[in-house]
Amino acid sequence: MGTQISPVMAQWLDTAPQWILDLPKGLSDFCYKIFKCFIFDDRYMMFVKGLGNTLILTFFALLIGIALGVIVSLVRVTWDKNGLEMKSGPRKFFLGLANLVCRIYLTVIRGTPVVVQILIYYFVIMTSSDKITTGIVAFGINSGAYVAEIMRSGIMSIDGGQNEAGRSLGFGYVSTMRYIILPQAFKNVLPALANEFIVLLKETAVAGYIGLPDLAYAGSIIGGNTYEYLIPLVFGVALVYLILVMFFTWLVGRLERRMRANER
Amino acid sequence: MNASTLIKVNDLKKYYNGEKIKALDGVTAEILKGEVVVVIGPSGSGKSTFLRCLSLLEIPTDGHILFNGTDITDEKTDINLHRQKMGMVFQHFNLFPHMTVLKNMTAAPIKILKKSKAEAEAQAMALLKRVGLEDRANAYPSQLSGGQKQRIAIVRALCMNPDVMLFDEPTSALDPEMVGEVLDVMKQLAHEGMTMVVVTHEMGFAKEVGSRVIFMDEGKIVEENSPATIFENPQSDRLKSFLAKVL
Repeated sequence: MGTQISPVMAQWLDTAPQWILDLPKGLSDFCYKIFKCFIFDDRYMMFVKGLGNTLILTFFALLIGIALGVIVSLVRVTWDKNGLEMKSGPRKFFLGLANLVCRIYLTVIRGTPVVVQILIYYFVIMTSSDKITTGIVAFGINSGAYVAEIMRSGIMSIDGGQNEAGRSLGFGYVSTMRYIILPQAFKNVLPALANEFIVLLKETAVAGYIGLPDLAYAGSIIGGNTYEYLIPLVFGVALVYLILVMFFTWLVGRLERRMRANER
Repeated sequence: MNASTLIKVNDLKKYYNGEKIKALDGVTAEILKGEVVVVIGPSGSGKSTFLRCLSLLEIPTDGHILFNGTDITDEKTDINLHRQKMGMVFQHFNLFPHMTVLKNMTAAPIKILKKSKAEAEAQAMALLKRVGLEDRANAYPSQLSGGQKQRIAIVRALCMNPDVMLFDEPTSALDPEMVGEVLDVMKQLAHEGMTMVVVTHEMGFAKEVGSRVIFMDEGKIVEENSPATIFENPQSDRLKSFLAKVL
């Protein structure tokens, strides 16, 4: 009875240059495993598409998160600063209501795991949407809660005199926020926002729970197909996340230095 | 109301914590066009609160403020419109640290008065020249000394062409050697006929430039007179003991 060789092994023996096959056993085995996990059957495409999905999820969730975060933080700050002194009337009522909604949002989103949230969106709330949309909504709404608290701390860190100076020049409340408070607050919280962005990028890895083929999902699928786990998970997934995070950290560092150049 | 009256304050009250703290307890005053009114008094006497109420940075509990004939304490009044006509200078300057000196000065004229950038900058440069800081136009506030910051804060307020300038202890946060340069700018402004309300501890300034001095204590105006009378011939015991301590 002749030895059965797998199609992967057959193609490997067929295509690999002789000098690689002649390498010491450990090294040539390693090359074989790389071939098996990435090249055979165009398996690398799963990683490429997964990376694409991860970046799409992160990018759009980030946009939603920042938009939501800024709005929620403004409602919270406005209420905390002015709410109690406002005269009763429809304006106080609506601001109070908006503040209540924001607080419930923050409590619920920050109080439950993002995995549970995405499962609820997928199976309960957005059953007719595609997975990418569901993922973007889930991670965007989740990130918004954290961005809101970061922005709130930034706004509160700005000296009250800045608001008074803006108002006394004739700027309204909204213009003072926009031209005077928010630019300074944003600069102060940039490191914290960058951290939230990195957390978000890595957190999208749980999208696999709803079968969304992101980068981490690709790693586990290839692992399951090949019974090789070290190479796809470490080199196909972990290393790519690490490089992405290092790249974005560098980028934010540059932005931060440019914004700080004005001072001192 | 007299034709030359710019601000009329009627029975102004500001309470905190219900009625426990009476920062202002019924202040009535009148400020005429071109006057330099200096407000003095011990700390906690309500003089800063009085000034901050004039530009509604504090909302009065009770009473009325008429500015150019309009009741600005009325809820229906657009306070932003009136604040444009009231320049305010703070103890801690409150320049915008993320903007250059020029941007600090032109932001409000461009965004609020819809002036062109060129027009606003020309006006700002002319004002900077007057206070001898035209070479710092592109500096950031953190690169300036305290005295320079306060001079910039004054001309920033002037960029809105206000009818009155309110000064809230403008020299209290300065090194002693920088007080002079700020007071000089304020004197120059007074001589040009600007209406000014100045809360200060600089008695020399009050004597030299003030057209009237208001002495406040415990949220009330205790004495109000010409500087000569206030300093040479004080009437109330409270003012006498105050002057004995500060002069």
